[in-house]
Amino acid sequence: MLFTNSISFFLKISPIDFFTGSQWDPETKYSMVPLLVSTSFVAVGSMIIAVPLGILTAAYLSELAPRKLQMFLKPVIEMLAAIPSVAIGFLGIVLVGPGLAQLFNSQNGLNALNGSILLAIMALPTIVTISEDAINAVPKSHREAAIALGANKWETLFKVTLPAALPGLIAAVMLGLGRALGETMTVLMATGNAAAIPKDFFDSVRTITATIAIEMGEVPYQTTHYFALFAIAALLFLITLAVNFIGEYFANRLRKFHA
Amino acid sequence: MIKKRLFNTFNWIILCGSTLTVCMFLGVILWDIFSKGFSSVSWDFVTLFPTDGMTKGGILPAIVGTVILTFITTLFSVPFGVACAIYLNEYARPSVLTNIIRASIRNLAGIPSIIYGLFGLALFVQALHLGTSVLSAGLTLGLLSLPYIITTTEEALKRIPNSLREATLALGVTQVETIKDVVLPKALPGILTGVILTLSRAAGETAPILFTGVAFYINGVSASLNQEFMALPYHLYMLSTQHNAIEQVRPLAYGTATVLILLVFSLNIVAFYVRFKNRTQD
Repeated sequence: MLFTNSISFFLKISPIDFFTGSQWDPETKYSMVPLLVSTSFVAVGSMIIAVPLGILTAAYLSELAPRKLQMFLKPVIEMLAAIPSVAIGFLGIVLVGPGLAQLFNSQNGLNALNGSILLAIMALPTIVTISEDAINAVPKSHREAAIALGANKWETLFKVTLPAALPGLIAAVMLGLGRALGETMTVLMATGNAAAIPKDFFDSVRTITATIAIEMGEVPYQTTHYFALFAIAALLFLITLAVNFIGEYFANRLRKFHA
Repeated sequence: MIKKRLFNTFNWIILCGSTLTVCMFLGVILWDIFSKGFSSVSWDFVTLFPTDGMTKGGILPAIVGTVILTFITTLFSVPFGVACAIYLNEYARPSVLTNIIRASIRNLAGIPSIIYGLFGLALFVQALHLGTSVLSAGLTLGLLSLPYIITTTEEALKRIPNSLREATLALGVTQVETIKDVVLPKALPGILTGVILTLSRAAGETAPILFTGVAFYINGVSASLNQEFMALPYHLYMLSTQHNAIEQVRPLAYGTATVLILLVFSLNIVAFYVRFKNRTQD
């Protein structure tokens, strides 16, 4: 369904324009470049924030935290995962946006950075949970061997345990990235939605998901514009599928390795 | 020696610090929404219809809409999902085919929710002529929930030891009866936890219902399946971005956010409780 509609689009608009043009301007120009750049901006930004935080938190949870604290922290992370995306987007408007505007003296805080921060929050639970599983799956004998060789706790963690858990950590990052790429409501509400190629993190951006959400409600059925939205959805589908497959591949390797 | 100690402290600080930051995110989110939202939540707020162009009144239709929607999602996704998981875990022999099926299910779970929305629009609203209605939206959310329900149910079924199945089979019980009377009752708490968590996710979703049937305002409470409906997450979205008196309705938006988060959290707490009770029994 997704793809038949996309094919109808490419019958009308040449794929070359779609992949190389620089403007998304419904009615005349359909190029996914600005949208794709926006999407990658926000997603990469969120990963820069979420990956270190997520992995370090997972390391703390599985290696250092006392059992009682673990019992408390795990539900906290699950609760964070349970918050609906609109509620996080709402906070982007009322809290993070004004905060960023004040901090950087800009007009409003609805830009790529805002979206990245919020998406980082949304991707964190995924990253923490999967990384923690990966770190827990590293056999105890690895750690004991390192300590027997005279390594201290930190050297063991950073030079033995984390590298051994690497495939699992990559899987965690990929699945978190998949979540960030596909998130709609948060970016729709918090990034300002200007369909131009962004230059830096303080520019307003409009991701693929947000474009679909904004424009789908208004287009007449079976028009070029309608098919165009299906085409970018198909593109997004393929991207998330690829990202998830990579994550899945590393997760499977981990499973086999420890089985 | 001092250098080493400094290094150790530094490490400890970054690990603890990132954990604290993660907890802080949750704290800030809840504190900001609840502290500003509770003042506008009252009995009237949850039992009245919106009035004066949404600037006053309550959010009853949105609450009712969300409940009906979640109910339809449940009716559609739970029987299919559980049946699918039973087939995969109890009947299907491990083969290349079942591995492919499992991989596809896991990948389905990773598809962005807005794409489910588009799919629902093309399939339910247009191809099946259900129109933009609570039924279309419920079915779309049902599709979105299926992969999660299948995965969690299968996990729950896997935890039932095989010896139990073998014992009943040795007693001359058929496989259908074994599943119905032994395996399912034993796996019920696990299945229930998965179902509730999935539904709490579905209840908070906005993107899939955007084009399949949600409306900003309807007259009265949606009574029939082929009508448009109001839903809490969408209401919050509209109040915070599309309303023409945004500052004026901000308290209402905070109130809606509070109700939405409380609803989702209470579902989660029920799920935690079921899981906790199940663990202590074992």
